Amino acid sequence: MLAKRIIPCLDVKNGVVVKGVQFRNHEVMGSIVDLAKRYAEEGADELVFYDITASSDARVVDKSWVSKVAEVIDIPFCVAGGIKSVEDARRILEFGADKISINSPALADPTLISRLADRFGVQCVVCGIDSYYDKDRNEYLVKQYTGDESKTLLTNWTTPAWVEKVQSMGCGEIVLNMMNQDGMRQGYDLTQLNIIRPLCKVPLIASGGAGSMEHFKDGFKLANVDGCLAASVFHKGLIHIPELKDYLRKEGVIVRD
Amino acid sequence: MVKPKITIIDTGCANLSSVVYALKRLDIEPVISNEKSVLLASDKLILPGVGTAVAAMRNLAERNLPEIICALEKPVLGICLGMQMLAQYSEERMNENAENIKCLGIVKGNIVKLKADNLPLPHMGWNRVNTIKDCPLFNNIAQGSYFYFVHSYALEVSADSAATSNYGEDFTAVVQKNNFFGAQFHPEKSGKAGSKFLENFINL
Repeated sequence: MLAKRIIPCLDVKNGVVVKGVQFRNHEVMGSIVDLAKRYAEEGADELVFYDITASSDARVVDKSWVSKVAEVIDIPFCVAGGIKSVEDARRILEFGADKISINSPALADPTLISRLADRFGVQCVVCGIDSYYDKDRNEYLVKQYTGDESKTLLTNWTTPAWVEKVQSMGCGEIVLNMMNQDGMRQGYDLTQLNIIRPLCKVPLIASGGAGSMEHFKDGFKLANVDGCLAASVFHKGLIHIPELKDYLRKEGVIVRD
Repeated sequence: MVKPKITIIDTGCANLSSVVYALKRLDIEPVISNEKSVLLASDKLILPGVGTAVAAMRNLAERNLPEIICALEKPVLGICLGMQMLAQYSEERMNENAENIKCLGIVKGNIVKLKADNLPLPHMGWNRVNTIKDCPLFNNIAQGSYFYFVHSYALEVSADSAATSNYGEDFTAVVQKNNFFGAQFHPEKSGKAGSKFLENFINL
């Protein structure tokens, strides 16, 4: 059986790991390589690095740290942030990243997804989706350029429609970031995950809202996601990965030893 | 002990840095080459692969590599698509009407799409590997250890399968025929078990 994945996410800004509450007021959490190494040794199954400012600032993510991460860790990792072209992606993959994740640039030009999949294979191409629950419309909607609040746009896409679109273009994995929950530690949005899961034929990763070990269990058992991504609970030491895995194992979730 | 000379066969389409870094962590400085003389002078060779079967076989052919690889007598380790290249044919064709892709034909069995029923594809993540034959690459690795997989096609279980994994169905995780080995998973990304697996290959 394929194990469920625990994925610490390291939001990178100006070469350090930061975490903000609902995408704002970023506070510095530590060095990229040190945190990457620590999580790999503690049993993280994969790591995701997001340069959260890149897309909004119209510049490419600073990649010098990607090869340093690849040198020291022996688990897969994904890099996101400002990847707008096949050439941007090629450089990051050559530095040793296993996957690249695109978000705002895919919304600007969905053909980027298929060009990346054709060149590097679907297994390399992850789509990050920032999904926002609109109470008035009672719908999940996709936001763009969430790295900078002043530039954030609401797109014309509902989340289910965009999930189907990115798969049709060749995306190999979806990270669904549920913005209403992000940084609040109230749990993943299980209602939303259960709407998306049947539409998602590629691996689905839940992101935004993990605050306790139960939240991970609920994501796996109640929404059948392939991986749970979290940031602050790991960076702040509120949850330790070995304890989390022991807990999940006791709850009947299959996790890697 | 003299360190073995390890060459990564440059197939032109694979991202090689992860394999290079993994070998460096084991204190090996690999050579990357597609020169016949370099390949023949190596103690061990790694055949990497990322992308599609069509592109990978075309890249091998353009570099006149198929003949050279098939004639190698030193241990060869194919990784992921590099392992799939060792098989007879691959179903991973350009479109439904195209013919199956002819591979190197070194090990028994064909590359087929995983019958994963309602499971997500690609098969991406950590899965257990069980040896079904003695294989020196699993020395000091516990039965059922987890390795990291990323693929949608796999070698059907054949007479040359040395280890299997399961995703919707059993498939070949490791294949062995004489001096040719292949791993469907990525040992370079498979933590301690993967590192041990590579070390076992280096020490063959």
